[in-house]
Amino acid sequence: MKRFLRPLVVTAVSAVIGLAGSASALAADWKPKKPVEFIIMAGTGGGADQIARLLQGLIEQKNLSPRPFIPINKPGGSGGEALRYLQDKEGDDHTLLVTLNSFYTTPIIQEDLGVDVSGFTPIGRMALDTFLLWVNNDKSDITDLDSYVAAVKSAGKSWKVGGTGSGQEDSILTAMMEAAFDYEVTYIPFPGGGTVAKNLVGNHIDSTVNNPAEQNEFYRAGNTKPLVQFTGERMAAYPDVPTAKELGIDIEYYMQRSINGPPGMSDDAKAFYIDLFSQLYQSEEWQTFCVEDGLDCTEWVAGDDLAAFHGEQIVRHKELIEQVGAEAITGE
Amino acid sequence: MDGILGLLGAGILEALQPLNLMMIILGCTVGLLVGAMPGLGSVNGVAILLPITFLVPPTAAIIFLAAIYYGAMYGGAISSITLGIPGASTAVATVFDGRPLAQQGRADKALTAAAIASFIGGTVSVILFTLFAPPLAAFALKFGPPEEFALMMLAFATFIGLGGDDIPKTIFSILIGLVLATIGLDIISGKPRLIFGDISGFLHGINFLVLAIGIYGIGEMLWTLESTKGKVAVHKVKMSFRNLMGNLRDLKEYAGTSTLGSILGYFVGTLPAAGATPASLMSYGLAKTFSKNPEEFGKGKVAGVAAPEAANNAASTGSMLPMITLGIPGSPTTAILLGGMIIWGLRPGPLLFSEHPDFVWGLIGSLYIANFATLLINLAFIPLFVRVLTMPFTVLAPIIYILCVVGGFAPTQTMHDVWLMFLFGVVGYLLRKLNYPVAPAVLAIVLGPLAERSLRQSLLASQGDVTTFFTRPISGTCMLIALLLMCYPLIRKYRAKKAA
Repeated sequence: MKRFLRPLVVTAVSAVIGLAGSASALAADWKPKKPVEFIIMAGTGGGADQIARLLQGLIEQKNLSPRPFIPINKPGGSGGEALRYLQDKEGDDHTLLVTLNSFYTTPIIQEDLGVDVSGFTPIGRMALDTFLLWVNNDKSDITDLDSYVAAVKSAGKSWKVGGTGSGQEDSILTAMMEAAFDYEVTYIPFPGGGTVAKNLVGNHIDSTVNNPAEQNEFYRAGNTKPLVQFTGERMAAYPDVPTAKELGIDIEYYMQRSINGPPGMSDDAKAFYIDLFSQLYQSEEWQTFCVEDGLDCTEWVAGDDLAAFHGEQIVRHKELIEQVGAEAITGE
Repeated sequence: MDGILGLLGAGILEALQPLNLMMIILGCTVGLLVGAMPGLGSVNGVAILLPITFLVPPTAAIIFLAAIYYGAMYGGAISSITLGIPGASTAVATVFDGRPLAQQGRADKALTAAAIASFIGGTVSVILFTLFAPPLAAFALKFGPPEEFALMMLAFATFIGLGGDDIPKTIFSILIGLVLATIGLDIISGKPRLIFGDISGFLHGINFLVLAIGIYGIGEMLWTLESTKGKVAVHKVKMSFRNLMGNLRDLKEYAGTSTLGSILGYFVGTLPAAGATPASLMSYGLAKTFSKNPEEFGKGKVAGVAAPEAANNAASTGSMLPMITLGIPGSPTTAILLGGMIIWGLRPGPLLFSEHPDFVWGLIGSLYIANFATLLINLAFIPLFVRVLTMPFTVLAPIIYILCVVGGFAPTQTMHDVWLMFLFGVVGYLLRKLNYPVAPAVLAIVLGPLAERSLRQSLLASQGDVTTFFTRPISGTCMLIALLLMCYPLIRKYRAKKAA
């Protein structure tokens, strides 16, 4: 155990010593007065969960906050539970939300939820996450997108696609694929991307559009294989997997991983968190994680810029939902 | 196998280093206290103490976290037994028999049994982990939604026997729990349901601890007040070495139950969907169903304390398996442990076993030592905990009320849940007056959401075909056993009648 852990301890200790000096350089005087609730709008083991736990650990390791960040999973209702929780925390300075794209879609689809995310306090965008289409390695007859589409078409409604919930980004992508290839599948929601991955490996579902972080270890172990990536260009982590655009299918879709506070968070607190997360964003650990996990971390977007980005995304998702139909996403 | 034993041995030796041993003792003590405080729970404890782990070498850090985890598992039983308030959700089943024992002045017996059974659970599960981890990880993958549903049916079946002879009342109690479990956001469509207009507090559903603390904490207090008219007898418990030896001799009463509970607990723990709370409830149900005198359960039977305690400790080791091999933590505390692993550059997944065996077996080795240390610390603390019960009722009662409020408030930090807890307290008291068993309702609210999710997923996948539960080998077997278990009390009743 020592062999590979020792270098990390050395970095940890030196980081603690180094930060003792730079801590006073923090611009804002405000600091958390109690543990910060770090709400994850998805279940354990998924992409958002892994990111939140890594960030929490880095905050501790680098001693960026005098009080700990406590990750709390609120996966209910495609993130609706977490969004409503934040909405009701108006004016609170000790609650933050790690988002998925259901940040945009869930309030659009569930109108009676009473959540308006444009009123939330934007902190910073940590990454853009990517999507790939995965099948179990046992499916030896499926080697590329064409054979996949043929298999789905012949299976019809008995083809089972696993996802993290109706209205979550993977269900939108699934609906986009249904529209593009003119087939229909059965969509089964699970609590969190980790459980989806497990069910794909166990052959309880036929395919999924997981994020790289959720499938990487199973891919390395030879359990699953990616067929297509839904990015503009091929990612460094998957040089041999074609993009949908290369194959003539116009689907390109990303998911933002951003940090947001409840509505009406004080300006001092907002400044503190923006500063904290920009330090994390620039850290070597975070940038390494991004490359390994196929995340796009080339542009830091914070505060008002993030609010503008959210605005554009809300419009885009409204269009997407109209295009594929809310029923296609919720499966009603 | 030799390689594994070598690594495990190395892990155990590593845990015995002075610094590591100190971390174990510190972690176990902190864990015991954190676990004993209702509502605080090991999650917050581990999260708040995570910074300490960056000051010591990673091995010591893992050991520290594992020790807190283990300590909290033991600690949950302490408030369950002495105060009748479950310190953590995993210790709810411990209240069923632990509290009656304490009221009869035999708290020391119950605490000793809880400690020993926990130790058995920890030991059996470490051995199972060492021998069967890779095949079990593969087996866990075979568990799809239909298998999970079948397992839930099995859990419900073990509880049919829980309500004593009155099966209709038991079923009624289960149904109340199931209705309460459907409150909140719909699992599949995400739409709010049964939130009484638009009360936002109901959106997150009814927290299981709120129900358990209400029924057992508040409800029990009301019951005590009524039945004793405020003149509660204070039990003087003498603690001596001879007494302890006498308590240890009880072991023969619950050794079998504990071993069975440990195996069951470990297995349920390895399934990503379940965890320690369902495991402890199932173990209790099973112990009662197969006991020679099931009517003694719930009235202060030592085996009724041992069964859930053995299972929840075994399940906590079991839940390490999906965390390590699938990256899915089986419990909130393992989720934080997972956060620590990611920081140290360890990615959980099927390859972790083969690529970093030293980490995996070191972790298991340290759990083993932590388990042993917690047993000793716990036995040493029993006299202190028992003294709590020598307080006059006029002092103890307010303390219990405050702990109930704290415990109801802590999980969601809303007053909504505190009012709800008081409401459940009154309802629990009335149910008890009417002779309805409340344990099945508690079980139903824990398992209800899990059962609903897996049922709906299965039916979506099979496009509405119910036979899916019977045609798949694992789920078919579980369903069959569940049906037999449900009929078992009837058969027993019939045979008893025939004999009479």
